[in-house]
Amino acid sequence: MNKYTPKVISCLLFVCLGLLSAIPVLAESHEENTEKQSHAVVVEEPFNAGRMIVEHVIDAHEWHIATMGHTHVTIPLPVILYHQGAWHLFSSAKFHHGHDAYEGFRLMSEGVYKGKIVAIQSNPDGTETILDDLPLDLSITKNAFSLMLSTILISLLFLSIARSYKKNRGHAPRGIQSLLEPLILFVRDDIAKASIGHHYERFTPFLLTIFFFIFLNNLLGLVPFFPGGANVTGNISVTAVLALFTFVITTFVGNKAYWTHIFNAPGVPWWLKLPVPLMPVVELVGVFTKPFVLMVRLFANITAGHIIILGFMSLIFIFGNMHFAMGYGVSIVSVAFAVFMGLLECLVALIQAYVFTLLSAIYFGMATEEHHH
Amino acid sequence: MELVTPGIGLIFWMTLSFGLLLFVLTKFAWKPIMQMLKERENSIEEALHEADKAREEMKQLKATNEELLNQAKEERDAILKDARQIREKLIEEAREKASREYNRMLESAKEAIKNEKMAAITELKNEIATLSIDIAERLMREKLSAADKQDGLIQKLIGEIKIN
Repeated sequence: MNKYTPKVISCLLFVCLGLLSAIPVLAESHEENTEKQSHAVVVEEPFNAGRMIVEHVIDAHEWHIATMGHTHVTIPLPVILYHQGAWHLFSSAKFHHGHDAYEGFRLMSEGVYKGKIVAIQSNPDGTETILDDLPLDLSITKNAFSLMLSTILISLLFLSIARSYKKNRGHAPRGIQSLLEPLILFVRDDIAKASIGHHYERFTPFLLTIFFFIFLNNLLGLVPFFPGGANVTGNISVTAVLALFTFVITTFVGNKAYWTHIFNAPGVPWWLKLPVPLMPVVELVGVFTKPFVLMVRLFANITAGHIIILGFMSLIFIFGNMHFAMGYGVSIVSVAFAVFMGLLECLVALIQAYVFTLLSAIYFGMATEEHHH
Repeated sequence: MELVTPGIGLIFWMTLSFGLLLFVLTKFAWKPIMQMLKERENSIEEALHEADKAREEMKQLKATNEELLNQAKEERDAILKDARQIREKLIEEAREKASREYNRMLESAKEAIKNEKMAAITELKNEIATLSIDIAERLMREKLSAADKQDGLIQKLIGEIKIN
């Protein structure tokens, strides 16, 4: 019994989290419904599941919460542009969801530049031409905003934990400290110590940071209403930066044995190195594929999870458009599957954080290991 | 395509936020947390070690106590034995002394009795002598008529009287 108790507890936890995340998914899907209906009235556009899903998964310049009739309920976010030697700072509300241009910029909702801000030039005949040089867009987008929120959240969380460690010096952990201590110890003992070896200590801060950053952002991404819901860890820019950090650290801490192993791998026949440096090239490519794979894995896993849940929701409206009764009928199945996926996503949130951290630790371990050939 | 195209803006903000997060957490969270965890682990390790040591010491203490107790018992036994011996010796001595005294007293009593007896005999002799002289006087007064008789009598009397 005792052996299974932690498993039971963690299962219950996942169930609770899953239910929490599944209910707002429903709410969101209804919002989507009304939005699409309003679109249908205005533009006569049929429900496009692919478009809806991609719009939910990608970044945006404003935080769309709901559409009631013709009113879009959004949180406008700051737009920061650098174009032709000048900075432009204004609210994304000025674009009116892409309907208006402002200060010579337009947020494109169609075409090649869809979702991007372009500089435009008004022609005398009332048309607009898109200028070829795109402005440098440093806007606080939905993902950037969510990222900052979660960064602040994580900082506050762990600073408060650090405080309680100082307060509880030498005593058993308390409150939120005891909730997260097993994870901290897990990262330290089972990831850092196990993969890196005796000099693991200088890597634990980074490993702990990426683990909790990915884990908490994954979980926040599963919460479909305002503070969560942004697909932060499912954004390629975010995962690219994370992987880049791992790559840079690996490259900088790499010792002689590591570089020797890459350029002159011991135990490999000489004709694989000279005159055609086959093995060094393969090894060198490996240096870059490792972080690349890290980036793609996290991005693909998290985005896929979001897409599948949104896909189940879309089914309701695709069938609902055929006949309202079919929509209701399919909704039972869709919701059941979405709840199941939500649970699975909670698990994936932890697993992906673990995998990213573990692989980073293994790369650090490889870079600092003393080879004895 | 939009999905897999990294945006410059987000890369910039991500690098900035994550870099800051890494810096802040490393300096103000992970360092103290790791230190405290290590401290706690060390203190637990130490406490366990101490407990082991205390147990060992306890065992030793117990052994020492037992030894001390045994020693004390032995000493007590020895003291008791000595005391018994001394007591017996004292009794023996007292008995001897008493018997010696008794003998001495007996001896002196005997002596005294003997002396008394001698004195009594002497007194008796003197008394007898006196009586004899008295008798002799009276006899003399009667028989002093004839001198030769007197002499014969005196000679006879003297020969009869033996001094004891």
